[in-house]
Amino acid sequence: MAQPKACPEPAEGTSVITDKMRAEIGVESEPVTFEVDKTACRMFARAVGYTDPIYFDEEYAKSKGYRSIPAPVGFLGHPIYDPNRPQRLGGYVRTDTPFKRILNGGTDIEYFDTVCAGDVLTATSKLADLSEREGRLGPMLVTVTESTYRNQDGKLVARARGTGIQY
Amino acid sequence: MMAQLYFEDISEGQEVTTLTQHCDSQRLVYWAAGSGDFYQIHYDKDFAQRTGLPDRIVHGALKHALLGRMLHEWAGAEGSVKRVACQYRGMDAVDKDVICKGAITGKRSENGENLVDVEIWTETSEGQKTTPGTATVALPSRS
Repeated sequence: MAQPKACPEPAEGTSVITDKMRAEIGVESEPVTFEVDKTACRMFARAVGYTDPIYFDEEYAKSKGYRSIPAPVGFLGHPIYDPNRPQRLGGYVRTDTPFKRILNGGTDIEYFDTVCAGDVLTATSKLADLSEREGRLGPMLVTVTESTYRNQDGKLVARARGTGIQY
Repeated sequence: MMAQLYFEDISEGQEVTTLTQHCDSQRLVYWAAGSGDFYQIHYDKDFAQRTGLPDRIVHGALKHALLGRMLHEWAGAEGSVKRVACQYRGMDAVDKDVICKGAITGKRSENGENLVDVEIWTETSEGQKTTPGTATVALPSRS
């Protein structure tokens, strides 16, 4: 008699990507507000180890032609925290998969204009791509989320693509 | 900051000034606060080990931001960073140096801007590349 396998192999062609998930590709989210705060710009710059005074001294930043302290590369403001609402998990974390663990797979930010303290950005996001891969850590779901940021004047300032890995 | 770099001064194959940042737990806590990413694998050793990691790891987005800082400092006051893209292929453990490097892959003028394309990456002090990517920087022209 054949020994039963301890762990059944997934059936050929089994996918964690459902039709419902696939249908979400390209659908724009509701807009989310991101405030670019002066202290937050300084805190971000400090975390990255910048010493350039444009990120700390507003008068100096203005003398260099900025409206206020500019946002360092990678900083596009903070969403407004609301303890009474479920927290956004970075936008790319899906709760409808069998995977428990998350890794950040990559970041791609393209800038079209300067972002400065005092700006209020509005971002919409969409799922750009979903794929499955067999990685070092086992089967993985790879999601690419694209977010478009506009400032208070409606001007496109940045486009960010984030890759999320769930395994 | 270094002396201003001009579009005419650079050529393919040229290297970006290396930036080395030691990432201790305090650095990761600064980053958690600055970025708003409070996932515990970056500052809680017990939590990190319960998820199967050997120790706390450097946030991927911090490595992206460090590559951005390297380009900002290299490009000088009149330069600007237009795009930074990178993939988090390998993990960097806490209490190690993250070494940011780059090399010019091309130059082009587009919509009145002088753009430089750069291959970028971070490596560990053992020379393992953990974060490969590409970037674009605009530089001023001497003319």
